[in-house]
Amino acid sequence: MSILVDKDSRVICQGLTGRQGSFHAEQCLEYGTQIVAGVTPGRGGEHCLGQPVFNTMEEAVAATGGDVSVIFVPAPAAADAILAAAAAGVKLVVCITEGVPVMDMVRVKAVLDDFDCRLIGPNCPGIITPGECKIGIMPGFIHQPGRVGVISRSGTLTYEAVYQTTNNGLGQTTCVGIGGDPVRGMNFIDCLELFERDPATDGVIMVGEIGGTDEEAAARYIADHVSKPVVAYIAGVTAPPGKRMGHAGAIISGGEGTAAAKYAALEEAGVSTVRSPAELGAAMLEALGG
Amino acid sequence: MNLHEYQAKQLFTRYGVAVSQGEVATTPAQAEAAASRLGGDVWVVKAQVHAGGRGKGGGIKLARSVDEVREAADGMLGERLVTKQTGAEGLPINQVYVEQGSNIDRELYLSMLVDRGRERISIIASAAGGMDIEEVAAKTPEQILTAVVHPAAGLLAYQARGLAYGLGLDKAQVKQFVDLAGKIYRLVVECDASLVEINPLIVNDAGDLLALDAKINIDDNALYRQAELQAMRDPSQEDEMERSAAEHDLNYVSLDGNIACMVNGAGLAMATMDLIKLHGGEPANFLDVGGGATPDRVAAAFKLILSNTSVQAILVNIFGGIVRCDDIAEGIIQAVREIDVKVPVVVRLEGTNVDKGKVLLADSGLSITPADDLTDAAKKAVAAV
Repeated sequence: MSILVDKDSRVICQGLTGRQGSFHAEQCLEYGTQIVAGVTPGRGGEHCLGQPVFNTMEEAVAATGGDVSVIFVPAPAAADAILAAAAAGVKLVVCITEGVPVMDMVRVKAVLDDFDCRLIGPNCPGIITPGECKIGIMPGFIHQPGRVGVISRSGTLTYEAVYQTTNNGLGQTTCVGIGGDPVRGMNFIDCLELFERDPATDGVIMVGEIGGTDEEAAARYIADHVSKPVVAYIAGVTAPPGKRMGHAGAIISGGEGTAAAKYAALEEAGVSTVRSPAELGAAMLEALGG
Repeated sequence: MNLHEYQAKQLFTRYGVAVSQGEVATTPAQAEAAASRLGGDVWVVKAQVHAGGRGKGGGIKLARSVDEVREAADGMLGERLVTKQTGAEGLPINQVYVEQGSNIDRELYLSMLVDRGRERISIIASAAGGMDIEEVAAKTPEQILTAVVHPAAGLLAYQARGLAYGLGLDKAQVKQFVDLAGKIYRLVVECDASLVEINPLIVNDAGDLLALDAKINIDDNALYRQAELQAMRDPSQEDEMERSAAEHDLNYVSLDGNIACMVNGAGLAMATMDLIKLHGGEPANFLDVGGGATPDRVAAAFKLILSNTSVQAILVNIFGGIVRCDDIAEGIIQAVREIDVKVPVVVRLEGTNVDKGKVLLADSGLSITPADDLTDAAKKAVAAV
């Protein structure tokens, strides 16, 4: 078992014919992912990596029965691509593209409410169910089918957690890179809910970072709804404040948003926290009874 | 990207938001001439730097004659202004804004920003203007009023009216506030502003609303469609090393410590800084070389971090996914040879082609300390200084 994607997922790649799209889609295909089509407006009728290319998402879904989309289009076209995928009826959109304007994402999130469609990203490494399906840019070989769910806001830091749980034999059910943008698709809570319901997942690793209050919200959710052990690390204890966000952002969070506040909230919810990402695997092993 | 106050006020004027009459000046003589043109008998001379807390730092001066305007400008221009937001070295004052003085009846606060929790634009208003708004929020949260805007509907009049009544404005001022809030919202959306803040928004002695200060941040991701705003960028207000890093597509932030880090991925880069601190050291920088780190880019990164003279050791931490460890190793070897690195270099490689990378480093004949994992790397780097 797993969450969101498995060996039966049929993936349409938006931007397949681009440099990024074809490079990563090829690696996904090698991993065993069923990439069934590409979409590039104006390139309909061509083939790329042996897959048919369509002008629109609607045509691609109708012709191939694709139920997941992965997006590699340039940032100015990303919002449009996400909503085109949702409108065509796919159930999951994974947007790898980085640099999407936040105002575009504010609009996308409001419109997505009208569809039965989940979004991962943008600005994320993607999602992988080891041994079955890799949709994104993560190195497949560090993963191993197993018992732990991984949720992370950071790409390379996810790989650390994954690699440690591979090395200590726990393995992973599904790993979701939710991305580092301020306004994004699925959050910690959305993934925690799915991992809690997934019978194959025995524990969850959360990798958070400073900014926003999603980790605090996740902590409250864990206290009330999650019975499985959760291990968490928050990056950015030493990050200088105010480097990204003007100070008005702090008003709404009212003292939340720092690594210290996130750690405190998670510990209060009974989450095992680690101060070094090197300890994530060992802490999960311990939480699962060695 | 931040705008200067004078640039923000130009935008306000374009959107029809009332501001005091003012002009920007780069010399004391220009400042004096500006004051004469503006007229009146009291002016405010304001240092144009990308930081708050200017008043307390001596960057805002009241002048009661054109001579005083010239003197105030003379005292600021060419100097560096230190405020609680700038760090000890401060920011250079290359322009001053000369503004007509206002008679203030009330000081209010108004901001609009992308609220990441709600995933919408939020409006914040307070009757406690002119103060540190975080302090107001912490001590008297009941003085903070908010409204959240649905992007399809835009800011609705009832929302703005609700805030205006909450601020205790009179009938004519409520009308002005609703009009002003609508204009600021339009600016936020059209200019891709992640923050517009007016502190204070004043009621003057004629009973009219006026934006006395203006702070605008533009979403960097949207600059590709905001060419005019991008042209307003002032590189003199940015950290020189951060600017040079951006030219090489490197993501760099200066810190105060002595252990430099070079890492792929922003999360891992932050975690590496945390690890150095956890093991008793002080990080000198945040540096993300990104997913497409080529040998050339690694060499550029080395040159960059070594231009900081406080650096006494370098920690390289790479988890190769798309990036191949042998490419990184080649870049390190190239850099260490080219630029004669005199400080200890600790390298931790993991992931794609890690074995090839380790062999390359070992065979290079250079004194590079290999590390087995994250913890080992941090400990060795801390021990090296």
